[in-house]
Amino acid sequence: MSLDFKDDDKDVRPFKMRLLFLFGIVCVLFTLLAARFAWLQIINQGAYLEKAERNRTVTVTTQGARGLIFDRNGELIAKNRVAYSLEITPDQVKNVNKTIDALATVIPITSADRRRFRRLRENFHRYTSIPIRQNLTDQEVATFIGQSWRFPGVDINQREYRVYPAGSTGAHFLGYIGSISQNDLKRLQKEGKLNDYDGERVIGKVGIERSYEPVLHGRPGYETLEVTAAGRAVRTLDYLPARPGKNLQLSIDMNLQRITENALKGKQGAVIAIEPGTGEILAFVSVPTYDPNLFPGGIDPVSWNELNTSPSKPLLNRAMRGIYPIGSTYKPFMALAGLETGATSANYTLNDTGSFKVGNHTFRDMARIPKGQVNLRRSLAISSDVYYYWLATKMGIDTIYDFMKPWRFGQKTGIDLIGEQSGLLPSRAWKESRLKTPWYMGDTPSIGIGQGYNSFTLLQLANATATLANRGVMMTPHLVRTTIDPTTSETSAVQNKPAEVIPLKKANINLVTQGMVDVTKIGTARRSFTNFPFDVAGKTGTAQVVSIAQDSRYDASKVARRHHDHALFIAFAPAKAPKIAVAVLVENGGFGAAAAAPIARTMMDYWLTGKNSLGLPPPAYLRTAADSPKSASKR
Amino acid sequence: MPGIFQSLTHLLIRNCFARLARMDAILLAIVVVLSTIGFIALFSAGMAQPQRVHDQVRNLIVAGSVLLVVLNIPMKFWQKIALPVFIAGCVLLVATLLVGITTKGATRWLWIGVRIQPSEIMKLSAPLMLAWYYQKRCDSICIWDHVLACILLLIPVGLILKQPDLGTSLLVVIAGLSVIYFAGLNKRIIIGAILAFLASLPILWTFLHEYQRQRVMTLLDPTQDPLGKGFHINQALIAIGSGGFSGKGWMEGTQAHLNFIPEKTSDFLFAVYSEEFGFVGNLILLGLFLALIGRSFYIAGNANTLFERLTAGAIGTIFFTYTFVNMGMVSGILPVVGVPLPFMSYGGTALLILGTCTGILLSISAESKKLQRY
Repeated sequence: MSLDFKDDDKDVRPFKMRLLFLFGIVCVLFTLLAARFAWLQIINQGAYLEKAERNRTVTVTTQGARGLIFDRNGELIAKNRVAYSLEITPDQVKNVNKTIDALATVIPITSADRRRFRRLRENFHRYTSIPIRQNLTDQEVATFIGQSWRFPGVDINQREYRVYPAGSTGAHFLGYIGSISQNDLKRLQKEGKLNDYDGERVIGKVGIERSYEPVLHGRPGYETLEVTAAGRAVRTLDYLPARPGKNLQLSIDMNLQRITENALKGKQGAVIAIEPGTGEILAFVSVPTYDPNLFPGGIDPVSWNELNTSPSKPLLNRAMRGIYPIGSTYKPFMALAGLETGATSANYTLNDTGSFKVGNHTFRDMARIPKGQVNLRRSLAISSDVYYYWLATKMGIDTIYDFMKPWRFGQKTGIDLIGEQSGLLPSRAWKESRLKTPWYMGDTPSIGIGQGYNSFTLLQLANATATLANRGVMMTPHLVRTTIDPTTSETSAVQNKPAEVIPLKKANINLVTQGMVDVTKIGTARRSFTNFPFDVAGKTGTAQVVSIAQDSRYDASKVARRHHDHALFIAFAPAKAPKIAVAVLVENGGFGAAAAAPIARTMMDYWLTGKNSLGLPPPAYLRTAADSPKSASKR
Repeated sequence: MPGIFQSLTHLLIRNCFARLARMDAILLAIVVVLSTIGFIALFSAGMAQPQRVHDQVRNLIVAGSVLLVVLNIPMKFWQKIALPVFIAGCVLLVATLLVGITTKGATRWLWIGVRIQPSEIMKLSAPLMLAWYYQKRCDSICIWDHVLACILLLIPVGLILKQPDLGTSLLVVIAGLSVIYFAGLNKRIIIGAILAFLASLPILWTFLHEYQRQRVMTLLDPTQDPLGKGFHINQALIAIGSGGFSGKGWMEGTQAHLNFIPEKTSDFLFAVYSEEFGFVGNLILLGLFLALIGRSFYIAGNANTLFERLTAGAIGTIFFTYTFVNMGMVSGILPVVGVPLPFMSYGGTALLILGTCTGILLSISAESKKLQRY
């Protein structure tokens, strides 16, 4: 459109010039606007489009439920419970402490709650909500909601909690979950699994919970929502459902576990029971124990301190992390070694005078009593030290080491738990490289009676006992029998695979087994096994904690409790077709026959006959179809 | 009696048709197209507020009716009432300051049976009064006339500034100054005044209210406080930018439909339009507004009297000011001031004034002798 200036009178001409001039300015300014639009919409479109997308979408992460854990009889020992928790987001609160004080007037908050909150706060970002109170009752939830306007930045959230219904029973194999720490994050990052823990707050810390973390932990789900400026969801743009973790069935029998822990009440020690034919662990005990329920919601610092500084070390897994000399329980393996290598025979007889001389050094029998004529079978029954001083000296350290190595003494057994200790199977090479001294003749006799440099875990001893019971076929000890996918109900059983097959002569195994049966019939442990309906192959052990000076006597009454001997006992039964192999250790318990053997008897009673003092039903495999309570209730 | 009445009505209708036939159809067409586009954009922006869409239909009908009525009012009438309306407006402004309704710290409204905003009247009344004054002095306009015009203009501007309402007073000033400019104020004085104004900006800054300063600061860096003062402008920028070259499509703007754009039916409607119709849509809109302003100036250039010329020139300037300030504000090159986008934004008062303006322009074009050739 053009302005027409053709036939103007002079009056209007300057006015039209001014119109034109102003229109020019308008054009310039509109060009400026057009340039601005081009800058926003063409040059920077990408950036703004991304901002618009980020504006309108919110991704919500949901965690798949953690897998449940059952014992071999289907008893639930780790489950999830949904509960309300009162949470504070520090970033949205002006003064956290004042807020907590104000909250305490509405809902009871203990000082332990406060301490736990402080501890958790160190672990999480300012903008994550941190629980101040957990497991709110419905009444408390209602009370808070009525007052919630007073507390910006404080919310009630539904959270899933891990609960261990059996409490402290079995805590050492079961372990626990706890808040994800910086170390956990680093580990997850290294493993490339950080994304799987998006929005997750807990992770397995020890035991099964830690070792089977990848199985128990599900995959998080994502839901991308379109939201309004006010945060209201309009529709779902993208959805990936969370996948729950897999359930585990353990080989543990919780009743046997209970009976064992009960038998060890008030003591420090460890017990492992293994089914020799499969390597399945039936009981895995370490006492004292602790309540794993303290951990999932974040443990308060006082309880944590108590557990850590207690002299009885309740957090120490004595069954696979404690390292001990095993004393005379080593003798059956030494006997087998002697027979297999030809160092001794069934008929060889030795006069036990109560002491044994190597060079200038005299090795004494622990009991200091001369035992007279002793052959191999009798050496086990009465636990002759002199016989094994002699045998070890005759075999020499290298032969002993070579024989014992496949039994995994001083090595990891390969149990399906993280954190197993190795201990030490002494050898010439080890001593030369670590202690920088040669192996002396005088080092060998103590090896024969399970003392000296020998230091093993109880798990190794239990594993070796089960291997002996299984006639040289070592099944890898394990706790998990099957994993069950909760969505498809698909189960996958853990393969029972021989870890090692140690070639042994039938006659030699039989002879050693006979010697061990003598132990419970006429030998050192006979008192503990009176009137037992099955043959039990056992061996007592009493391990010195401190070395006794050459000419002094060990007198329990004069030695501090923590220097008392450890009591040990290994056994398997029935001797001909073993169903169970156990290794018992009672720290500072004194004589193995007195302190450890009765515990094994209690376990054998239950496992083989169903007898127990706790009123528990007999083991599942003993119940026939006719009298099992299950089929009875079905009728 | 009935015969007289009948012939009177007949005369009126004839007169009406005659004016309709003689008026500038192009200007009306541009306004109709702009209003239609505006309503389409408002329909999308008002999805969540259907009441707004209904109200806007009513507003458009009312504004259209007003336009038709004004079209039939001879320009002589406006010349006659220019001064009385201006005086009445000033009285109302004074009354507003004394007994007005205060909302959000500003006293802008007055209750006289209905709630009115007297400053809105001034947007049109001030230039009309000045045009009337220059028409009266048309034979001997000298420098003192301009001085007096400035003083007269300062009365309502001062009263509006006091409310406080920086946006409206600026619009009144620009409309008034455009009349003085068109009346022939010496160019050297204009340049001098602009320079003096720029030089006095730092002093003016100290007179601004805190919220006004913040608006200017927000303009300079909207990202500084993304959830506070800069939120509105940031969301508008995201809407415009994400629209891209061809837009997201009608009713498809996420920023608009998920409520990220504030005041999306009124002052920020342009952001909604821009998100859905993109750069291409913006250029079309700019072109239409440019045509609207050009056509207004064209009508001004061909008007019969000085009063009509000045009025038409001022109205063209008002159209421009509204458009530029609104688009500039929404696209982040001007501070946030409450100025609607002409013929598009939701709002009864604004449409009423714009309808009146258009009606006056059409009336001028219908009376123009020069335009009668066609």
